[in-house]
Amino acid sequence: LKRKCFDGEEDIEGTLAGIKAIPSYNLQRQSLLDMSLVKLQLCHMLVEPNLCRSVLIANTVRQIQEEMTQDGTWQMINTQSTGQASLDRLVSTDILCRSSRDQVEGKHVPGYGTFNKDFESDQAQDSSETMSTASSVQAPRNLQSNMWEMENPQENKGNFQKSLDQIFETLENKSPNSVEDLFSEVDNSYYDLDTMLTGMMSNTKMGHCDSLETFSSPTNTASNSNCKSDLNDLDHIVEILVES
Amino acid sequence: FLGAGGGNDIQWCFSQVKGAVDDDVAEADIISTVEFNHSGELLATGDKGGRVVIFQQEQENKTQSHSRGEYNVYSTFQSHEPEFDYLKSLEIEEKINKIRWLPQKNAAQFLLSTNDKTIKLWKISERDKRPEGYNLKEEDGRYRDPTTVTTLRVPVFRPMDLMVEASPRRIFANAHTYHINSISINSDYETYLSADDLRINLWHLEITDRSFNIVDIKPANMEELTEVITAAEFHPNSCSTFVYSSSKGTIRLCDMRASALCDRHSKLFEEPEDPSNRSFFSEIISSISDVKFSHSGRYMMTRDYLSVKIWDLNMENRPVETYQVHEYLRSKLCSLYENDCIFDKFECCWNGSDRQVEFFSLCTSDLSTIVMTGSYNNFFRMFDRNTKRDITLEASRENNKPRTVLKPRKVCASGKRKKDEISVDSLDFNKKILHTAWHPKENIIAVATTNNLYIFQDKMN
Repeated sequence: LKRKCFDGEEDIEGTLAGIKAIPSYNLQRQSLLDMSLVKLQLCHMLVEPNLCRSVLIANTVRQIQEEMTQDGTWQMINTQSTGQASLDRLVSTDILCRSSRDQVEGKHVPGYGTFNKDFESDQAQDSSETMSTASSVQAPRNLQSNMWEMENPQENKGNFQKSLDQIFETLENKSPNSVEDLFSEVDNSYYDLDTMLTGMMSNTKMGHCDSLETFSSPTNTASNSNCKSDLNDLDHIVEILVES
Repeated sequence: FLGAGGGNDIQWCFSQVKGAVDDDVAEADIISTVEFNHSGELLATGDKGGRVVIFQQEQENKTQSHSRGEYNVYSTFQSHEPEFDYLKSLEIEEKINKIRWLPQKNAAQFLLSTNDKTIKLWKISERDKRPEGYNLKEEDGRYRDPTTVTTLRVPVFRPMDLMVEASPRRIFANAHTYHINSISINSDYETYLSADDLRINLWHLEITDRSFNIVDIKPANMEELTEVITAAEFHPNSCSTFVYSSSKGTIRLCDMRASALCDRHSKLFEEPEDPSNRSFFSEIISSISDVKFSHSGRYMMTRDYLSVKIWDLNMENRPVETYQVHEYLRSKLCSLYENDCIFDKFECCWNGSDRQVEFFSLCTSDLSTIVMTGSYNNFFRMFDRNTKRDITLEASRENNKPRTVLKPRKVCASGKRKKDEISVDSLDFNKKILHTAWHPKENIIAVATTNNLYIFQDKMN
């Protein structure tokens, strides 16, 4: 679980100084949502997944959805998402770990429905966050090569992309009320809701799970470092830069 | 006055380590449960491969008064086999989730072991003599020609090499739709409970074809499911009382005399949330992974992801004591969520009723004075309720010499790391201590790393 320490953080901050810090919290919250949905999808076809874990993740997804609905950011996400959305947006969510007390010196509480513009400066000050997946203030070293990577998505993402897209399609619906919408693509005729909630997804094939070895599986806690998401983080930073 | 002060006055020394030395851990060897029997003479472990290994303590050598008996393998048997649920097209893991010993009533020992779906009662018995001198059979079993028998003799028992046999006496199956997380034997020693994610059943040890459902929290519509049962235990003295904990950090105490189905709790223990600590991970880290009554039954202890809490059964609105196990992980919750470590279920245990502690407890209200629980990097922690001191120790082969006192460890959360401290980022999250056990009578502890079992004892002077 050792994290690489990215160099040149200070230069990067300078580069991004012009970019609004506001997406930072939303970005990370979105990332947490994406990660949670991936976790719900990933299931061992052989052994029944842990119900406690599934319920806790589903509750987390609900919390995020509720907050995003209150925020009004739910609609914003709909317009933003693209075909490459999901996997690439797994940036650091360390800011979400901080209690509201830690977030800001100015005591502006980012609880539900609000967030703070000073997130980025806080992040810079917090030097002990080397355990995070990646810091969202990191910029690609070589813009050019990363854009190229964007145009050539990794092959093994292909299959998984499709099933995640199905999930995100439901998210893009105008009124995504519940976590259950996520399962609407699935053919439940064969399984009852019991099985649904325990993670049996009929559209998830073993191949999809294989391609995601960088993500932890429900029963295997002896996992991983996230080289893949580093690359994806860079892609996403590029996306932000390009869009701005 | 050794031991009176508790955890920190006890000097823990390495005693033994069991298991493979390899860094490459075979999945089947992963230890999934550890439990001493009521006398402490036997120590059972269960693993992911469905096996139970029982160790027996050597009788104390009178000449070697400076060490307690060593634990050696006594019996090994395959308790559960993998199964396949054809209806759901899913495998049922053979991993042993829990072992609980019955108190000894005769020469044989009995224990309950469970996987996700089936509980088994095992009888472990010794055979150290066999009958010899049959009239109709030779010693090798062949039948003699009856016409050659000229005299009659009475067969006699002669000593033989000790053989320990384990045989399944009862199989309690088909009562759980969800995964069993707990079993607990009642103080009546006739009944026991088994708990899965949504239901708790009551069994009689003699009856396998019937069990009573005493708690059912399954919602009519599974889409409404937001909370599951995580652990359950009978009260040590009151045979109609039990508690169960949930994934939302609550504990419910139920009385079976109140009604047949204990859906309405008698008491609900819940600490109000600290709003300043709220995050998206608040609920997950509040999920209780283990609950244990104190010896007297006046208190109970719960383990959630970051802390251990002691509750007084007479006070429902907050715990009486809270001990932080690894608070430095609070800022790392997102990473721990990503790699699933946040879902690790740590157990906790009380000290045994050490004779010296027993004396001291005349001054305190409870024999249960020390709490032990595991953490990452093969660290485990002890908290002394009386002195309020705590200690962090490591289970590693580096401290291999018997009677070497273990060196306390310290994790540096932030800032400048002192010599001998370990920084949070250097912690190995694959090395987790989920299961620990304390000998019921002596200061001997068993600590399970991924695939090794460490035994530590206090330094005897």
